Amino acid sequence: MTMLKLRAMLALGTSAFVLAACQGEDAGDTTETIEDDTEETTDNGEDTAEENGEDTEDIDFSIAMITDEGGVDDRSFNQSAWEGMNEWADSHGLSNDHINYYQSDDAQDFIPNLNQAIAEDYDIIYGIGFALLDAISDVAEQNPDMQFGIVDEIVEMDNVVSLTFRDHEAAFLAGVAAAETTETGRVGFIGGISGTVIDRFEAGFRAGVAHVDEDITVDIDYAGSFTDASIGQQIAAVMYSNGADIVYHAAGAVGNGVFTEARNRLESDPDDEIWVIGVDRDQEEEGNWDDGNFTLTSTLKGVGASIESSANLAMDEGFPGGENIAYGLEEEGVDLTRGNLSDEVWDAVEEARQGILDGDITVPEAPDEL
Amino acid sequence: MLTKNNEKLYNFLVPILSIVLGFIFGAILMLFFGYNPILAYQAMFNGVLANPFFFGEAMRQATVLTFTGLGFAIAFKAGFFNIGVAGQVLVGWVTSIWVALAFPDLPRILLLTLSLTAALLVGAVWAGIAGVLRAYFGTNEVIVTIMLNYIALYLTNYLIRNVISTGGNTTERVGPNASLRVDWLTQLTQGSRLNAGLFIAIIVVALYWVFMTQTTAGFEVRAVGLNRFASTYAGMSAPRNIILSMFLSGALAGLGGAIHGLGTFGNIFTQSGLPGVGFNGIAVALLGLGNPVGIFFSAILFGVLDVGSGFLPNRAGVPDEMAEIVIAAIIFFVGANYLIRFLFEKVKTKKTATEGGE
Repeated sequence: MTMLKLRAMLALGTSAFVLAACQGEDAGDTTETIEDDTEETTDNGEDTAEENGEDTEDIDFSIAMITDEGGVDDRSFNQSAWEGMNEWADSHGLSNDHINYYQSDDAQDFIPNLNQAIAEDYDIIYGIGFALLDAISDVAEQNPDMQFGIVDEIVEMDNVVSLTFRDHEAAFLAGVAAAETTETGRVGFIGGISGTVIDRFEAGFRAGVAHVDEDITVDIDYAGSFTDASIGQQIAAVMYSNGADIVYHAAGAVGNGVFTEARNRLESDPDDEIWVIGVDRDQEEEGNWDDGNFTLTSTLKGVGASIESSANLAMDEGFPGGENIAYGLEEEGVDLTRGNLSDEVWDAVEEARQGILDGDITVPEAPDEL
Repeated sequence: MLTKNNEKLYNFLVPILSIVLGFIFGAILMLFFGYNPILAYQAMFNGVLANPFFFGEAMRQATVLTFTGLGFAIAFKAGFFNIGVAGQVLVGWVTSIWVALAFPDLPRILLLTLSLTAALLVGAVWAGIAGVLRAYFGTNEVIVTIMLNYIALYLTNYLIRNVISTGGNTTERVGPNASLRVDWLTQLTQGSRLNAGLFIAIIVVALYWVFMTQTTAGFEVRAVGLNRFASTYAGMSAPRNIILSMFLSGALAGLGGAIHGLGTFGNIFTQSGLPGVGFNGIAVALLGLGNPVGIFFSAILFGVLDVGSGFLPNRAGVPDEMAEIVIAAIIFFVGANYLIRFLFEKVKTKKTATEGGE
């Protein structure tokens, strides 16, 4: 009763707009019927997709993602997931109606966003990032018939596929590249929010640097954020001023500030030899400036590719629910770009890569294993 | 001439007109950028009001905003701008979770009371710091509370990583006997996180009204806010009332944080920024013009706008930031209420003038 009353009073307060909304109700109803239709055909759609293989017209499979607080345009983690979804749609000749993203501005948006996606009946709904662990677990439990995916965390439920990455392997290669390239004997690492995922980056990077030369100093700092570019810029300014010439960031959108700082420095002093190592996707274009490019290299994290391959797997062979699919160098789920690395440095990187693949080098997952 | 009735009418009209003007402003802006405002508002309101889950989520958001709104309002009445509501929410949140995790085996009613009380006290002390500094050293409470916000943020993150959990970004979930969730509410709203905090909020709204209008202490707080020197001359203690109002402000915010923690999330995780409910509470209080019932309803409006904004991109192709612009515009018009009063007076005098002329 109270609820109804509240609703009535709220409706009074905003009567003009609710009235406006009522006028358009017909339009809303039509979309709902269309959605109902898709709902009915979804089950059949999976079958037809299997039979017809690459025949694109009959595919009725759609996927959606919920970003973490970084937003879909963070030029890093979330964006690479979204790019992967776009590639997935392109490769099947699907229109953009089959993919969608929901942005979260705050942790409290995760669950409403997931429920929005559930209402639209996507076949797989991906939670991008470890921050969505609780939200995905709760919602997956409430909706046992829906299928979910989570990146960077493990949810052991039959309707959730977990996509994890051995980021430390790629970070190790970045460490090798940085140690081989540095002129000052000092490099920097900027993490987002410390925790198991970013720990892998820090541990891998430090181990990679130490693998080349134990005397190289690695400055470590954490932004405590994945979103605030100004903190990234501040930390990078301190690191460069203290003599570091290469800064590796594993901090999502915070990294944009690192690129800004490096660009500002180069523009005021073009002879400065400083570099940034990008993260999660090839951030080479972020490093463009008037006189060249200062992105030394980027560690790649195949978030997009993992989404693509798990969606394909679900379409072709059935949803890999309950599985944890781990991607490392071996699976080409993580990698290092060639970027602006010199031939000698690249040789050293290749050597280290081989060492990891052969099992000669064990890369630590957490800084305290160093 | 401003009669008492007129003043009451204005207090009702200013927020309503501000809301209407805010929506019109948003609509004009959307038209300017080539979006369809009718479609956008329809997506927003239909999305929330036509679906029990999203309505439940909006009410859940409104619950927390009621606390932060009341918290801000009580300090504002005493003449202080407590911009530290967000930090007080955070310390309340972390305290409630910490207490709930520390005594997992207590009976539900006891554990909830303990958890909420602890959060309330910690929030009160947190804001009280700014109150004491203000009362005895004349320190600017805006600056002090902003600084306390950051101390709260980093202290909370430190506690989560090193004390409450071991090295993780998230604490354990509190047990069912520390949760504010009620089954029938969850079922009624089809699985939303609406919780018993709503009833606590309604009780607190009533208590707030009683305190402010029916008690001597509430009268003194208001008097100090209206004129500090006059009230000192009348024998009231300014420092005592400053501290009391900040203390109560922080208590309300801390309680809101506990309800956010035990009701919405059931745990706490490292924060990358201060919780938005803290700052939105300021807007809620301003729109509610400091009236507890007004604050409750403006909290509901903000809850609907906030949850409804999620529908904008996918159902209307409008960026969800548009909802924030509408909120900002509403607050602008509340702030510019002099303009509304002025126009209203003008129309009125013109009317009486023409009527009188005839």
